[in-house]
Amino acid sequence: MTPRVDSERWTEGEPDLAAINDLVVGTVQSPRTRRSWLVAIALAGLGVLALALAVFGVFWWYVGIWGVDTPVYWGIAITNFVWWVGIAHAGTLISAILLLAEQPWRRSINRFAEAMTLFAIACAGMFPLLHLGRPEFFYWLLPYPNTYGYWPQFLSPLVWDFFAVATYGTVSLVFWYVGLVPDLATMRDRSTGLRARVYGVFALGWRGSARHWERHQTAYLLLAGLATTLVVSVHTIVSFDFAIAQLPGWHTTVFPPYFVAGAIFSGFAMVLTLLIPVRAWLGLRALVTARHLDYCARLMLTAGLVVAYGYAAELFFGWYSGDPHERDLLASHLHGRSAPLFWLIIGLNVVLPQSLWWRAARRSTVWLFVLSLAINLGMWLERWLIVISSLEHGFLPTTGGAYWPTFWDWLTLAGTLGFFVFFMLLFLRFVPAIAMSELRELVAERRRRGA
Amino acid sequence: MNGLRGLLAEFAGADDVLAATRAARRAGYVALEVFSPYPVEGVAEALGFRTRLAWVTFVAGLLGGAAIFLFQGWVHAIDWQLDIGGRRSFAAPAFIVPTFEITILAAALATVFAMFVKNGLPRLHHPLFAVPAFERASQDRFFLFIGADDPRFAESTVRAFLGSLAPLEVHDVSR
Repeated sequence: MTPRVDSERWTEGEPDLAAINDLVVGTVQSPRTRRSWLVAIALAGLGVLALALAVFGVFWWYVGIWGVDTPVYWGIAITNFVWWVGIAHAGTLISAILLLAEQPWRRSINRFAEAMTLFAIACAGMFPLLHLGRPEFFYWLLPYPNTYGYWPQFLSPLVWDFFAVATYGTVSLVFWYVGLVPDLATMRDRSTGLRARVYGVFALGWRGSARHWERHQTAYLLLAGLATTLVVSVHTIVSFDFAIAQLPGWHTTVFPPYFVAGAIFSGFAMVLTLLIPVRAWLGLRALVTARHLDYCARLMLTAGLVVAYGYAAELFFGWYSGDPHERDLLASHLHGRSAPLFWLIIGLNVVLPQSLWWRAARRSTVWLFVLSLAINLGMWLERWLIVISSLEHGFLPTTGGAYWPTFWDWLTLAGTLGFFVFFMLLFLRFVPAIAMSELRELVAERRRRGA
Repeated sequence: MNGLRGLLAEFAGADDVLAATRAARRAGYVALEVFSPYPVEGVAEALGFRTRLAWVTFVAGLLGGAAIFLFQGWVHAIDWQLDIGGRRSFAAPAFIVPTFEITILAAALATVFAMFVKNGLPRLHHPLFAVPAFERASQDRFFLFIGADDPRFAESTVRAFLGSLAPLEVHDVSR
């Protein structure tokens, strides 16, 4: 275990308030990264164009251009949806649950992780809407009075999904913005000209008054409590899309906790995938230390163990149910048609993460980065196995089918990746990526205690 | 009354401003305000300030949840009844998901809305922003403000009082 003396340290060196401000504001204003940023955003911009093309294709020719056909009505669009919305969960866990648990290390990474959450939800939300068949009527999911005189079917998991993702996106945005306002005030006070005016508008005239802080902190804590319920509920509701159906491989009671664990697992993988290059690129190693990565890795391992339990429970209940169709699917996973995919997933999501029991693995930035990519891929493939392999298998050999994504499927996935990177880059360029006010509090508390 | 809105004392540390706030309260001043780059523990208590924001969250969540639950019941049991295999139309368990989501959404939005409204924000212009040194209130300095609307406010006494608290500087805040 780390020695007691060390447990208060979450920064390298002894930065004071001014040093933290300089470092974080510097990441936004410094010209050092401007050229590499321009190159990166131009490349990501191509991804946004790809997404625009993919979305145009679906609106023009409808979902027929995707590889979906009887009996596989859900293609990788749903795989992508589940994957993206899962990724979002780690950001909310870091910002909400770790706040309530009074974990000081969240303060260096919560802003960044919340931004990841926001853009991941935006990517996720596109897929079910595009998959509606008639995406231009997506607003029919909203209960609004209309001349037809009908309402959404509130008993349908699709409508639940809509409520869950819409609430999640809105609350995440509000939570992120409330935390951001004091830092925008800092940006306002350290900028000049037009920049100062723009930051000033978004800072809403924040003055740091003690009464304002008191209400702000209370609201922030209340939002954390509310967002905590979303960490466990959103992917639960996503899992209902499957668990409510009768299909072998979907109709399981373990799905909600298993999906939530999978969401947090893949989310931490994405946090590491992004944080490792970004902290080097922006020169934030003093604030986002190897120890932060270590703690992310520990949580990733914990979530990974719950996911492993989910796999085991799924296999066990498939067998224990005695249902011949469930057992058929199981056989297919273990030594049949879907076996290569299944064992690849086990390797990526269960075997490789066990390396994190060793401190050397958790402290190796290169290994963490490689592992995080492997888990991102593994979790995407897991959702392929759940969504597509189950549908391909069906109840009887005669009702089975085959699915392979088309160019348009892949283009949509690549497009959302570009969209995600594009907005992360915009965020890094214009918004302080680390919650300065929270870090100031951390540093000041330590100095006070040390004094 | 002259054009003075109040006096602003600037401090280097959180402990200094906390001590100064307590001293000002003991001296009987009430129109006090503290400005800091992060929430300083104990200052709100020293000002005798408490917030009841949690009630807003609770009531808004309750109302939002109740409204959407009853709305779903009205839709499926009264306004747009669909007979699907004779299943009951008031399917309360299935209404829980949107009920839960709207409870959270209403509570969160109301909390944030109430927080900004009670804080008097957004307010982009404020006399304090005219004090050049005040821009460090969002960075690394701490300020204690005594308003001219305080019943015990007399410019020379307050200036002397603030000076006795060993601030870095005392600034005039004009109207």
